[in-house]
Amino acid sequence: MLASALGVLFKGRNLARLLGGLWVTLRLSAVSILLSVALGLALGMVMTLRSPIIRALTRLWLETIRIVPQLVLLFIVYFGLARAFNLQLSGEAAAVVVFVFWGAGEMGDLVRGALTSIPAHQRESGAALGLTRWQINRYVLIPQTLRRLIPQAINLATRMIKTTSLVMIIGVVEVLKISQQIIDASRYDAPQAAVFIYGVVFLMYFMVCWPISLLPGRLEKRWKE
Amino acid sequence: MDWSFMERFAPLYVQAAGLTLRIGSLGIALSLGVGLLCCLARYYRVPGLRQISRAYIELARNTPLLVQLFFLYFGLPKIGIKLSGEACAVIGLAFLGGAYMAESLRSGLEAVDRSQREAGECLGLTRAQNLRYVILPQALATAVPSLCANVIFLLKETSVFSAVALADLMYVAKDLIGMYYKTDEALTMLVCAYLVILLPISILFTLLERRLRYAGFGAGRAV
Amino acid sequence: MAEYLLEAQHLRKAFEDKTVLQDVSLGVRRGEVVVIGPSGCGKSTLLRCLNGLESVDGGEILLEGQIISGQKKNLHLIRQRVGMVFQSYDLFPHMDVLGNLVLGPTRALKRPSKEVETEAMAALARVGLADSAHVLPRQLSGGQKQRVALVRAMLMHPEVLLLDEITAALDPEMVREVLDVVLELARSGMTMVIVTHEMRFAEAVADRVVFLENGLVVEESVPAQFFHQPHTQRAQQFLASFCYDSVRDGKNMQNTKEAN
Repeated sequence: MLASALGVLFKGRNLARLLGGLWVTLRLSAVSILLSVALGLALGMVMTLRSPIIRALTRLWLETIRIVPQLVLLFIVYFGLARAFNLQLSGEAAAVVVFVFWGAGEMGDLVRGALTSIPAHQRESGAALGLTRWQINRYVLIPQTLRRLIPQAINLATRMIKTTSLVMIIGVVEVLKISQQIIDASRYDAPQAAVFIYGVVFLMYFMVCWPISLLPGRLEKRWKE
Repeated sequence: MDWSFMERFAPLYVQAAGLTLRIGSLGIALSLGVGLLCCLARYYRVPGLRQISRAYIELARNTPLLVQLFFLYFGLPKIGIKLSGEACAVIGLAFLGGAYMAESLRSGLEAVDRSQREAGECLGLTRAQNLRYVILPQALATAVPSLCANVIFLLKETSVFSAVALADLMYVAKDLIGMYYKTDEALTMLVCAYLVILLPISILFTLLERRLRYAGFGAGRAV
Repeated sequence: MAEYLLEAQHLRKAFEDKTVLQDVSLGVRRGEVVVIGPSGCGKSTLLRCLNGLESVDGGEILLEGQIISGQKKNLHLIRQRVGMVFQSYDLFPHMDVLGNLVLGPTRALKRPSKEVETEAMAALARVGLADSAHVLPRQLSGGQKQRVALVRAMLMHPEVLLLDEITAALDPEMVREVLDVVLELARSGMTMVIVTHEMRFAEAVADRVVFLENGLVVEESVPAQFFHQPHTQRAQQFLASFCYDSVRDGKNMQNTKEAN
């Protein structure tokens, strides 16, 4: 019985389909992360400006993504926008919009935090050495900002990868949806398959996120030396 | 906006919010317990337990709650372990949250100077007394901001409970959209419901953190 | 009854491959004040071994003739009898001064809190800190913190008190207020093992001076002898390093040269 359940995984193109689903998940994550990082870098620099209007707006943005669950945002964009503006986004497009809205906001806050964490006397001591403005940025400020930023950004990236699992709820066919389909198709001849298939998906996410989650620790260790 | 529609279905949302809060608080309370056990196992280097909790933390932190729930709710019954949707939700939330809580508490514990532990030992306190009166209060004070962030994160994660057939807020909203096509109303009430739950908690936590920062015995170590 | 209240026999301790204590034997009689120092490493380690903060790699530690080293289980019972104060005070930052003082007696010794509080207040008054009972440690000066730490240790009524460079982190003008408390304790007959850099204080308070170097006891004698006629060359060298006469001479000579 167990053997037949395990067999479902290797029956037909099932494994290939699962991996295909994982690919959809990863592609979606990659697009969202890249856009978030790009937008977040710009946003973070804007956030260091002292304009009260910019502050109020970014604050509102950050509080929104802090409080409203990502799934709710997905619903708003996928169902709400469709009605309000007669704009029927595909599930995948809606997902990218939501994840970038969320990711860019968080990334922006991380960038702002990293930028403002560098004490003013770092710039001053750079200037005292006779470095030009560009040299100060290049050799003093940017390396310190990045050291603070990169570990946190990697952490955000793993959270985004995990959150992509939500898109199956708005009908995107990714790894979790495909596993559901496989289980449905074999529910009479191998009902136990559900344990294995979901177990495999569980492990797939783990194998993707775990190595990435180890990176910040590695980097911090290396920088300390 | 169809106000009478919203009025008619508002009680459904209230009920669903109640479910979210009930399961959420139960799961969060459990996750605090799990987190405390795990971080203590690591702090005191309990052989065996320490490795297990390390592995558990890595597993739970690197997989989505939705996949964990699917495994619990759709997978396990097939090998004879039947759990209700609510049980799955609570277990799933505690499984996920425990790992996050453990990490927050661990960084709190690490922030307590080793010499504080030794000072407690030198007063002849037992290990448990030392933990209870000297180490934990300081560790918790440091960990509060990150524990609060975890609570908000976990309450937001409850939004996936509809996937295991719990009639939570998302479930109600999806139902109303599907049955009546009242998308605007359903989504507005959905957002309002989450705001009503999370905004007060978020503000409360901000105030709490600010107070702790002013009390600030953990921060700015005086010489 | 054992001759020594607290005794170390052939103590050995190494961190990784660095030997800190090679073979240290030391006995402390009841009511005696032993000053360890003044130079070389291993003093703090010896103190930390004496109350079990560090495990030992060889030799024994005896409290009233009973072996306490190598024990893991009831260390807290031993520590209730062997008090210790550190260089860094280590007051508990989340409790006020009184809270710091009563924690040990009420929790470890399970004494009633009313009684302990009365005693703590009286003790605070004796060290001139009666007004500070309800302030947090971070509001105190270093000297005040260290006096509180001393009171905290004494309220456990330990049989012996270990002081690990308790004035080393203090501003010079605060050293005296702390050492006065220690002198008072010595006068009242408290058994103490003290590690200190304050040579004048050591000479005044010590019944015996133990000179440790390279993990060995190099010289052990009464203060009058140690400070004025040390046996060993090493101790002579050490004491000479506190003397600046040669420096002054050299400077004067240079001045005269320039004058010429």
